[in-house]
Amino acid sequence: MSDKLTATNTLRATRILSVKTESPTTKTFTFKDKLCAKAKPGQFLMLWIPRVDEIPLSIMNTEGTSVSVTVKAVGDATQALHKMKSGETVGLRGPFGNNFTENTSRVLMVGGGTGNAPLLFLAKRLAAKAKRLALVIGAKTKNELLFLNQLEALCTEQSTIATTEDGSYGLKCLATEPLDKLLNKEKFDMIYACGPEPMIRQVFDLTEKRGIPMEASLERLMRCGIGLCGSCVIGKYRVCRDGPVFTAAQLREVKDELGISKLGFDGNRIPL
Amino acid sequence: MNSNPLRTRLAGLELRNPTALASGILGYSAESLQRIAEAGAGAVVTKSVGLTPRVGYPNPTVVQASGGIINAMGLPNPGIEAYAGEIRHAKTVLAVPLIVSVYGYSAEEYATVAKAAATAGADAVELNVSCPHVKETGSEIGQNPALLKDTVRKVKAAVRKPVIVKLSPNVTDIVQLAQAAATAGADALTAINSVRAIAIDVETAQPILSNKRGGLSGPAIKPIALRCVYDISEKVKTPIIGCGGIATWQDAVEFLLAGASAVQIGTAIALKDPAVFTTINRGIAAYLKKKKHRSIKEIVGQAHRN
Repeated sequence: MSDKLTATNTLRATRILSVKTESPTTKTFTFKDKLCAKAKPGQFLMLWIPRVDEIPLSIMNTEGTSVSVTVKAVGDATQALHKMKSGETVGLRGPFGNNFTENTSRVLMVGGGTGNAPLLFLAKRLAAKAKRLALVIGAKTKNELLFLNQLEALCTEQSTIATTEDGSYGLKCLATEPLDKLLNKEKFDMIYACGPEPMIRQVFDLTEKRGIPMEASLERLMRCGIGLCGSCVIGKYRVCRDGPVFTAAQLREVKDELGISKLGFDGNRIPL
Repeated sequence: MNSNPLRTRLAGLELRNPTALASGILGYSAESLQRIAEAGAGAVVTKSVGLTPRVGYPNPTVVQASGGIINAMGLPNPGIEAYAGEIRHAKTVLAVPLIVSVYGYSAEEYATVAKAAATAGADAVELNVSCPHVKETGSEIGQNPALLKDTVRKVKAAVRKPVIVKLSPNVTDIVQLAQAAATAGADALTAINSVRAIAIDVETAQPILSNKRGGLSGPAIKPIALRCVYDISEKVKTPIIGCGGIATWQDAVEFLLAGASAVQIGTAIALKDPAVFTTINRGIAAYLKKKKHRSIKEIVGQAHRN
């Protein structure tokens, strides 16, 4: 058995170092874990909440020997996690999956929801190096525009566009509206997208007709995390092992499913 | 004529090489199966499918052990009615035999599901009578010679395609079960399914898998699987498909020498990616050449003769 996979996939019990509230529905959890602390932007970990569940989470930051994930309370597992405090024990395996390439030319990030977390991780790596770093993010309402201030500070000046569906901040529309206009106006060498899949689909459609390189991080129901069980497949790809970051060329291959359907826990196709 | 030394026949199936995807690995969608076939597998076995949909167990469903992986997925599957569409789709894109793994809660249910799979286009069915982690299906039948015989007979009466029986190592004497399946008309036997196992987290002092117990697969079980194949082939004439911890061509050749006519590969896909099929087949071909054999058949069971 490959020693590296064995080490990465071995469950490590660890204590929650800190919990930070990011929004009314979102918290950031930090753990000590040497292996996950070596993760690259785009990679994910599997978090075991004892007696509840084990879920895949994108990595938001690493620092020294610690790793952070940002979690929205949406289901049983994430709600149980939100009730946990620093000092309590969880389990980790990972980091898993591939990572975003780190393009340092003219880069545009498009984010939504907790998808902003891995983009923040990426932006920290790119901020000093990229020729241009621009951002378009959207949310339902102002306090769900996660990491807006941190992202804005890392981007090139005057290069951030925020949208909300209720108009409580920025433009009152979906993120894809100003994105379309921006792409008409300006040339980008790479677009990194992370967020709800219908948004990613629209970003893909907009970049595709202009032939702009793109990478998007996808999410699926996941069980094993190591490319065996098939729960997270999209087309011929396993999101956990071949992804979670996919190039425009790969997204083209899975166009029939991207933003449209995924496999449910019983393996039946369900609409997104 | 037989220019490809890897080509072989098994239970009426023409295989371009003796490696197949083991059940439970990927295998929901036609695209996944196609990818494995393109990566070099000689046949593919689907995830186990039953009469009605099952969502399986909550996570953790997989836990790393030394030398292997313990899983308790809980047989998640969309049910044969929905899966028939995927079987039909798979048949239009696959260039290798499609073996559909089926399970049931009774002999009659196995027969019903197997019939539906065959009707949808399965080239063969593999009876999962050995799932180590779902109660009242699989191993309850696979551990009882009389129930196993009855199940195999009912499936054989319901389908005209080859019927493969996947045996459990979680029994006192696997040969007795192999004989029961063979007597009832099984066209081939797969040995073995995963080995019942558990992992406990010392910090929280509790089993890690949500189902507590699961099945161990991977290199750790290879010597056990190999011994099972060796034992069965000593007493039973029915062709055997070796399965359990195969990750290298040497592993595959060991199973052939022990008496297997073909092998299945599963966990190694996580260790080495789907290209593991091509690597293993190249290794087997080089071994045959070096040992001056013209076909796989010449080495099947050779360890018993030497």
